[in-house]
Formats: sequence, structure tokens, C-alpha cells
Amino acid sequence: MSTEAGYEVPLQKQLTHNKASFTRLLRKLYAQRYLQVMALVGVAWMIVFNYIPMYGIIIAFKNFNIIKPISEAPWAGLTHFKDFLNDDNIGYVIKNTIGMSVLKLIIGFPLPILFAIFLNELRPIRFKKSVQTISYLPHFLSWVILGGILATWLADIGIVNKLLLWLNVIDEPITYLAEPKYFWTIVIASDIWKELGWSAIIYLAAISSISPELYEASTIDGAGRFQKMFYITLPSIQGTIAILFILAVSGVMNSNFDQIFIMSNQLNESASSVVDTYVYKMGLQLGRHSYATAVGLLKSVIALLLLLTANYITKKLNDTSLF
Amino acid sequence: MFKLQRRSPGEALFDYVNVILMLAVCAITIYPIWYVLINSLNEGQDAMRGGIYWLPRKWSLSNYEAVFANSGIMTAMWITVAKTIVGTVLHVFFTAMVAYAFSRRELIGRQIYMTIGTITLFFSGGLIPYYLLIRDMHLLDTFWVYVIPALFSFFDLIIFLAFFRDLPAGLEEAAKIDGADDFKIFYRVIIPISMPVVATIALFHGVYQWNDYFSGVIFINKNTELQPIQTYLYRIVAQASSNQIAAQASGGITKTVTSQSIKLATMVVTTLPIVFVYPFLQKYFVKGFMIGSIKG
Repeated sequence: MSTEAGYEVPLQKQLTHNKASFTRLLRKLYAQRYLQVMALVGVAWMIVFNYIPMYGIIIAFKNFNIIKPISEAPWAGLTHFKDFLNDDNIGYVIKNTIGMSVLKLIIGFPLPILFAIFLNELRPIRFKKSVQTISYLPHFLSWVILGGILATWLADIGIVNKLLLWLNVIDEPITYLAEPKYFWTIVIASDIWKELGWSAIIYLAAISSISPELYEASTIDGAGRFQKMFYITLPSIQGTIAILFILAVSGVMNSNFDQIFIMSNQLNESASSVVDTYVYKMGLQLGRHSYATAVGLLKSVIALLLLLTANYITKKLNDTSLF
Repeated sequence: MFKLQRRSPGEALFDYVNVILMLAVCAITIYPIWYVLINSLNEGQDAMRGGIYWLPRKWSLSNYEAVFANSGIMTAMWITVAKTIVGTVLHVFFTAMVAYAFSRRELIGRQIYMTIGTITLFFSGGLIPYYLLIRDMHLLDTFWVYVIPALFSFFDLIIFLAFFRDLPAGLEEAAKIDGADDFKIFYRVIIPISMPVVATIALFHGVYQWNDYFSGVIFINKNTELQPIQTYLYRIVAQASSNQIAAQASGGITKTVTSQSIKLATMVVTTLPIVFVYPFLQKYFVKGFMIGSIKG
């Protein structure tokens, strides 16, 4: 506070000045002691549950043994990272992680936007509200329930096989969840089914804040429904689309663990194993804690870099950014 | 406005196609759930033959009787109810309290605290260090593993902050003159007027608590009576262990119950509470979602 004047003010005076401001700070702190306690319990929680695990990443560079504390584990340098790069599984783990995420992005990202725009064009208000309410429903079901539904539908006596047999598309029932080649399709389709309505909420909110004057003016200019959708609605929500796109792109390394964990099994492993489930399997099932932590760290770093890059690019293109 | 505009034939066609499209979306959304419901209401043995598409063929509540008579399922159900109620109440109160402190401009160190929180949004320690922390805190195989690690969320704090910022400043001054301290102001004045945002966060966290199965899978190993219904269902779905329940059930009740029909009935029982609750809370979560997405 007194740094600028520090050179000219005599030492004695400066000390008393500092002392005075220190006392003032203490008095302020005392006055807001309840507020400080309320804030600091939150900070303490974050230090325990967010920052201690960040410190725990150190075991990626050590040979950690579960029965000894982290500090006693010997250093291992980059051994675990090298092991991962030489691992036979790395190919399909990375292919599955990025492949499913990119497909989700290409197919799953535009659909809620389209759904929101078309829903907005629906005229009877009550019908529109009902469609919206119904479309949220699957979001509130757990992935376990959805896993159960899928297992029922896709079983050899399930409705999908019955239908395809009846249509003569297939000759004999297929056990879809046991075959790797169907896994990606099942994951992407079920993800869209579950989240379409929920993801549309935010676009609907953005659409509803577009000024009605824009539509009125374009009506006078003779614009039709489609022209309004493409020249007014879509450009008006492009900021929202950009922000959600940044988030989606930067999440490419994050698979939906809850979803994939319940649908994967030993038979479809070559198509279902992603970084997150691989970390779980290596670390908690096989006890290779250091190795799994190294894999997880590699993923977090790439995800962070992706986020920063996506944010930078969108900022350049669009004047919209997250931070 | 709609009546004043004259619809061209093309626009009228568009409206019809759009309505049909939206009805199709609704049908695709509802039918898989309906399919589970009608099959769970059908006699188990009979359902094995398949072919139940619109309504049950042989109506029966025996699957539900078997579910409610099964002590394992009922224990898991109670764990879920308990963790949802206890977890949600404490999460909302704790997160709102921290958020309120963070929302006050005069809070010394506010910038540092916010930075500490923001970093947690972008980087985390990952699964293994987190598991080791929970283990070292002796939370494994305890009920509190569902509550304490979920007590706070910085993302929810941001939603609370956005709401608290718009509250009129005079409220606190008036309460202070009456001699209330900041904590009292928080729970006597702020909480009662913040019900819309409290309801939103309570719904989000309640759904999380109700649906979460993974905590049960990794943190509950020995005390299986502490596993919630979703973990229990996960084990049935993933490991097909429902044969056991069917075998147990067939001892007491009719022989028509199968492992599949039990599974379906359990799924319905697990889902029903949420299906009934969410439409009533819709106006809250839509609003909360907007605040969260604009600020977050």
C-alpha cells in the first residue's frame, strides 16, 4: 500500500504506518470473522478434496506401494509414462476414446440445436411445453437404468432382434452388446436418446431472448419461415453455440465413464475400453496405482491443452470465449 | 400475432411435418420406458415368450411383490433414500453458505479464494489419488463416503453467486442493525429469499445422489448392505446376479417370477420417484440451468 511513497518516507514513519494498516486489517478481519469462517471451511474442503489429490499425482513419478505412505515410495522418473506408450493396449484405448467423442461431437452436437429450432417453431404453446417436458425425461434416468433397458432391448430375444428378424434384415438373433463392432453405435445412439432434450434447454433459452422486433421487421421485408430460421434464429444463438462447442471440443478426452462402464464387458473390450475405464481397471482392479495415475495425468494435461486451444481459436474467430 | 399472419401452403405443410416430427421424438423417448413398465407388470414366465409391445398380456403384480419382499433390495432402497436426503440437505446448505461468504465484496482474500476454486474446475488429481485420499480418510465402507466428498461443488457455488449478486444490498444492513451476525443473516435472511436457486441446486444434487452408482462400486467393498439401489442394480445388470434373487423369491411367492422380470420391476421402482418429481421442479431447473450456463 505504501510502496510508492516508500523511498521518501523515513523508516520510522513507514513502520508506524505499516503497523497502523496492519491493525486496521486485523480489525476488519475481526469484524468479518463469521464471514471468514464461512468462506474458509469451503476453502479447506477444496484443499482436502481437490488439492490433496493433485499432490497425489506425484505417485505417477514414483513406484507407489499401497501399504506405505506416498513419501516413502522410491522415485521412478518417467518409467510409467514410457510403459504406457509401449503398451499394446494404447492403440485401441486412444482410438476408442477419441473416436467415440468425435462421433458424439459430429452427430450429437448439432442435433439439440436443430431440435431447439424446430421446437421453437411449434405453434400451440401447450403442445410445445409438453414435448419439452417429455424430452427432458431420459436425462433424469441413471445410466444403470439405461443399461438395463438396453440389455433388455438388445438381448437375443429382445425387441430389436424380433423387429429385424421380422423385417428379414438379419437371419438369426445378434447379441449386440457382446460384439465390438456395434459398441460405438450403441453408445452414441443411447447418448443422444438420453441428452437430446436436456441439451436443447440452453438453446431454447437463447432463442427466447431474441428480440421479437427482428422477426417483425423481417416479416415486413417478406421473409418466410425458413429464411427467419436461418437468417435470424441461427445467427442470434451463435455465441451460445460457440461456447458450448469449446466445452465439447475440450471434453474430447473425457468419455462418459458412467455410460461406458455399464455397457462394457469382456467381449466388447476392444471397442469399449477408453482412457477413463482403463485407468480404473489398471489402478483399482489390478493395483498398478502409479501406472494408472500416469495415464490419468497424461489425459488431464491433454484435455487442458485442448481447452486452451479451443478457447483461443473461438476467440479469434468469433469474439466469444469462456475466459 | 399468429392469426394475423396468413400461412402459405408451404408453411402449413412445414407446420404439419414439424408436429409429426415432434410426436416421433416423444414416441421414441417414451416407448423404451413404457416397454420396461408393461413387461414388469406381466407375469415373469409368460413375458419370456416375448411379444409384449403395448399392454401386459397376463397382468401380475408378483414381480413387485418379490421386489418388496427382498430384503437386499429394500435395504439398498433405504440407503438411496437416506443418502439422497442427507446428502442433498447438507450439500445445499454448505455450498450456499460458502457461496454467500464469497459473494460479499468486503470479504478479505476473496480473489485468492475464487482463484483456488476456479483452478479446481480445470484440473483434478484423477481417480487413483482421489481413491487413495478417501481410503486414508477412512471413509471406505462407511455411509459418509456418499455425503462428505459431495458436500461442496464449486460449479454449484457459481450458480449461487450469480443469484446472490442480484439480491438487494439493503437487506444485510437492516439485519446488521438488528444485531444479527453474518451466519444468522445467511440462514435467517438469505436462505429464505433464495428458494428458487436452492430448489435448483437441490434438484440437481438430489438427482446426482439418487442416480450415482459408481461411489457404491468403488468405495463400498465389504459392507454390501451400505450399497445404494443403483449399485445393486448395476451388479444385477452387469453381472446377471438376479438369478439368485429370483431363486430366493420363488421360495415364498409364485414360481412365475424370473430374474429378468425382477430386474425390470426393480428398475421401475427405482425410476418412479424421479419421474413423478421432475415435472413439478421444471420451472426451477430451467432457470437455474440458464444462470449456470451464462455465468459458468
